[in-house]
Amino acid sequence: MNARNIYDLLLQPFKPWLTGHDFEAIDPWIEVGGEGLPEIARFLRDQDELAFDMLHCVTAVDYFEPDEKKAAKVQWQPYLELIYHLSSTKRRHRLVLKVKLPRWKDDRPGELPEVPSVSGVWSTADWHEREVFDLMGVRFLGHPDPRRILCPEDWEGHPLRKDYQMPTEYHGIQTR
Amino acid sequence: MQAERAQSDTVEFDVRTDEMLINMGPQHPSTHGVLRVVLRTDGEVVSEVTPHIGYLHRSAEKIAEKLTVRQYLPYTDRLDYLAAMNMNLGWALTVEKLLGRRVSEKTRHLRVIIAELNRIASHLVAAGCFGLDLGSFTPFMWTFREREKIVDLFEEICGARLTYSYLLPGGVTAGPPDGWFGRCEAFLDQFDPVIDELHALLTSNAIFIKRTADVGVLPPEMAIDYGCTGPVLRASGVDWDLRRDGEPICTEMYDGYTWQVIAPTGGRYPDDHPYPPVPPEAVVGDSWHRFFVRMLEVVQSMYLIRQGIEKYSADDGELDKPIKIKEKLPKGEAYLETEAPKGQMGFMIVGDGSAVPWRVRIRSSSFCNISPLPELCRGVLIADMPAILASLDIVLGEIDR
Repeated sequence: MNARNIYDLLLQPFKPWLTGHDFEAIDPWIEVGGEGLPEIARFLRDQDELAFDMLHCVTAVDYFEPDEKKAAKVQWQPYLELIYHLSSTKRRHRLVLKVKLPRWKDDRPGELPEVPSVSGVWSTADWHEREVFDLMGVRFLGHPDPRRILCPEDWEGHPLRKDYQMPTEYHGIQTR
Repeated sequence: MQAERAQSDTVEFDVRTDEMLINMGPQHPSTHGVLRVVLRTDGEVVSEVTPHIGYLHRSAEKIAEKLTVRQYLPYTDRLDYLAAMNMNLGWALTVEKLLGRRVSEKTRHLRVIIAELNRIASHLVAAGCFGLDLGSFTPFMWTFREREKIVDLFEEICGARLTYSYLLPGGVTAGPPDGWFGRCEAFLDQFDPVIDELHALLTSNAIFIKRTADVGVLPPEMAIDYGCTGPVLRASGVDWDLRRDGEPICTEMYDGYTWQVIAPTGGRYPDDHPYPPVPPEAVVGDSWHRFFVRMLEVVQSMYLIRQGIEKYSADDGELDKPIKIKEKLPKGEAYLETEAPKGQMGFMIVGDGSAVPWRVRIRSSSFCNISPLPELCRGVLIADMPAILASLDIVLGEIDR
């Protein structure tokens, strides 16, 4: 089943939450609203003809140009994009699910954007969402164990953000 | 096992045992890299396991945002350093997917030979370390002796023994030296009988079976739910291998090759093989099966290499040259998973029209394979925990990135 058929199946129950799609991309994707994510995820997993039983990867991309000269040229407004790579071992098809988020909640710098966790649907999401929180700074609501995973627990900032500044020292250790 | 444990619980009912936290690592000798595991134990029984990772975090994804895709290749070596060629291949194929390129037939056959050789090397380390983690030293020496011969072959082909940077996006800078394929075949010929020795040493060894059979059983549903891939998933009876079931760019590489995916579907292995039978104690998805799947995969890799050498020699085409150092990437993103020895290794590249990627994501197979560890280790004996960890065959360089 290709992304277009999957989109048609999702259209009936979740029309207000489907915010975009691209079926011609190298990896065809469907964009959904964050608030509908757990329900859509459950639907994708449990519907027999979809049967997306495996979540391969959860990741995020920061679309923010820190260089002011270059920022004037880019067309997009800054945002974060969550990407979920799914596949089905039963039906042997793949899908990319995307969620668009603001870089900061309510545009207040320092307030992390929030999205519901899908760790209750696929256990893979548990560690992957911790990693996205750690490195990209997204808060996953309802996550059972929302700790950092790769960086030390007292690390400040989220290193994969484009405007991240490396601290000059950490516990008395010079970092640069 | 469960029944035995319940009985011993009742016998020792009035012996009071307190819960104790035991810290394993970050430099425990029976861990595969710098992993720290905190065990909550009640006597000899583990009630809870918390893995702590990140000690080897080197910001591999952030570094990729500063380099062109060809410059980044050496960093992929340092992910799973026991299968650096497969990491190179995964990266190369992802770049090619984004650029919309395909390599020539001759390059494709060379890639199969190299990738499968490295798969054998990686599985040998897995088997050897498995023995080491269970307290026997001989398998480690024997498997490393054989791995050394593969490493020598790689040294001849690219000059490096661990971090090869050989399979570049687009092709290779130089083909194998004269006589290399002869030496490769000579290695395979002498390796054939060694496999039997390794089976005699571990597979049918009574102590090994006792330590691994019915230990750390990973049911297929749980394996899929946790995103486990590679031999870990196949040992749970799921017939899934990206070399056969993956995206076209992966499967095209193996077009025309005959081989089998090793998975004990329905409790049975696909072929009649000359190796020891499955012991009656073993349950599909346990540590013993994870070991055995790897041992049988080594034989399949040998078939593939022999076919590859034949096809490579018969092809009169040219080897492709790699892409330019500052090759421009198109706008858009490509995600690709390839079948690395330890599981499905995924790379995602987001291109923005320049030569440097906007964002690179590395989906690590070991990262997912180790994540069910807390579930697998609940209620096992402390001594079983290294056995389970060894059977998952993780590499921390890849987990922490």
